Amino acid sequence: MTDNITFLLQLIVTGLVLGSVYALVALGFVLIYKSTSVLNFAQGELLMFGAYICFVQTVQFHIPFIWSFLVTLIFSFILGLLMERALLRPMLGESIISVIMVTIALSTLMRSLIQIVWGTQTKVFPPVFSQEPIYFLGLFVAEVHLYSLAFAMICVALFGLFFKFSSAGLAMRVTAFNQQVAQTMGINIKRIFALAWAISAVVSSIGGIILGNINGINNALAIMGLKVFPCVILGGLDSIFGAIVGSIIIGILENIAGGYLDPILGGGVKEVAPFVLLVIILMIRPYGLFGKKLVERL
Amino acid sequence: MGSNNMSPILSVNNIEVIYKDVILVLKGMSLAVNEGKIVTILGNNGAGKTTTLKAISGILKTEDGEVTDGTIEFYGERIDKKYAEAIVRMGIFQVMEGRRVVEDMTVEENLLAGAHIQTNRKNRKRDIEMIYDYFPALVPRKKIMAGYISGGEQQMLVVGRAMMSRPKLLLLDEPSMGLSPLLVSEIFKIITKINKEKKTSILLVEQNARLALSIASHGYVMENGRVVLDDTVEKLLENEDVKEFYLGLSEVGVKKSYRDVKHYKRRKRWLT
Repeated sequence: MTDNITFLLQLIVTGLVLGSVYALVALGFVLIYKSTSVLNFAQGELLMFGAYICFVQTVQFHIPFIWSFLVTLIFSFILGLLMERALLRPMLGESIISVIMVTIALSTLMRSLIQIVWGTQTKVFPPVFSQEPIYFLGLFVAEVHLYSLAFAMICVALFGLFFKFSSAGLAMRVTAFNQQVAQTMGINIKRIFALAWAISAVVSSIGGIILGNINGINNALAIMGLKVFPCVILGGLDSIFGAIVGSIIIGILENIAGGYLDPILGGGVKEVAPFVLLVIILMIRPYGLFGKKLVERL
Repeated sequence: MGSNNMSPILSVNNIEVIYKDVILVLKGMSLAVNEGKIVTILGNNGAGKTTTLKAISGILKTEDGEVTDGTIEFYGERIDKKYAEAIVRMGIFQVMEGRRVVEDMTVEENLLAGAHIQTNRKNRKRDIEMIYDYFPALVPRKKIMAGYISGGEQQMLVVGRAMMSRPKLLLLDEPSMGLSPLLVSEIFKIITKINKEKKTSILLVEQNARLALSIASHGYVMENGRVVLDDTVEKLLENEDVKEFYLGLSEVGVKKSYRDVKHYKRRKRWLT
């Protein structure tokens, strides 16, 4: 009996870790959607790119992890800016569908580029964190899991503060609400778009590095870009808070579904469960848990 | 009333505005605003009042509109080719029609966002206190989402938000729309107070002519994309046409019956 509970708790804890990483990626995704109304299909590739850049530095150049991590963040920031400037800015004013097509092309392009440069084999990060499992209330937790959870939480909190108190954060929220209103306030919306892409690339790369540390790096990381869809649809596409909650729910749900149903159905449930949920949400609550139904005054 | 003996801070000179390359909305519109004054533009729907404001603030460019002829000058500098964000930085802030508060941000966040061009944090803090002094009704609403406050409070919020950028010229587009007479008179009192104390010049677009003429010093009457009448408020209030068409009076003090409204054909003579 207690074994069952421990098993469940174990699944929940691992799901929480996974969910917190999803949250980072979803945050980046929602950020772009909110401020520019573009669904970014290259989110997973941004994540993968970050992971590889960090990997190259630690493994090939033997830079201490913490430094390569920071350099990766700067690199991603610039990458985000460049992508916006080179590919998205010229599409300003075009229909949303064309812009989305551009992001799809971008995702294929980046994935191929990564394959050309680094091949398709799984690369393993040198152990940064202790591999010793920690036993906590009878649960098994890897140190790397604890770190990723803490780290993801810190990032999410930092972004919360950024959006609440910084001038740029407020400007981004105004732009997300209405671009014309933003312009009447003297907000340069093109700069906001660039910033949204840059920040989005940064958070995704953090997610990529964390996942790379847990599972190793390979092409499959790009699938994370698709995994954010159930997360953000569940949370509500235009809600940053919703994206975080949705991600954690999906992370836990996917783990539980995998843990209990895999033995019965013979595997693969973990990958499918989020998308099954996606379909269900779209049927019963298409705007998600926290999505905008438009505030109405009474 | 001395409107010509000093050079205006804003002058719109014979501008032509075209939307989407084909629709001619303003056909030779001119106006001037002197420092520290309240100037009003009257006119019925579709006359081009809002377009004039948008042309000045540069917002026009976001709607596929363009000033194709004439010039707009602010403190002697041409602004008709500048982008909205640059014009805001020069000191012109447009409060758009329809109380466009950011609904999913709190009242205080809305105000802070209004101070986007103000980089000094201390000034922001001071300005926000100033706004709460002008609009005490906003104080208990500070932490509430702007989408949930009343229409009057939202109107106060958008005017306050505009003031956070310390504008030299405020463009107000129908601040009275959809508000109760009591609230309207309160808001107009505050606008007058801001104009007096902060020396903020105001260009006011209003449907409520009586109200607008009560606080302005100079008025323009627009029709079909051009000015058909322009004078000091004192003279406008005595003008027979203004009285009839905008104040609803035929003789002074006599309210018109609805039955007589068919008279409005007389307006045609302005269209030449």
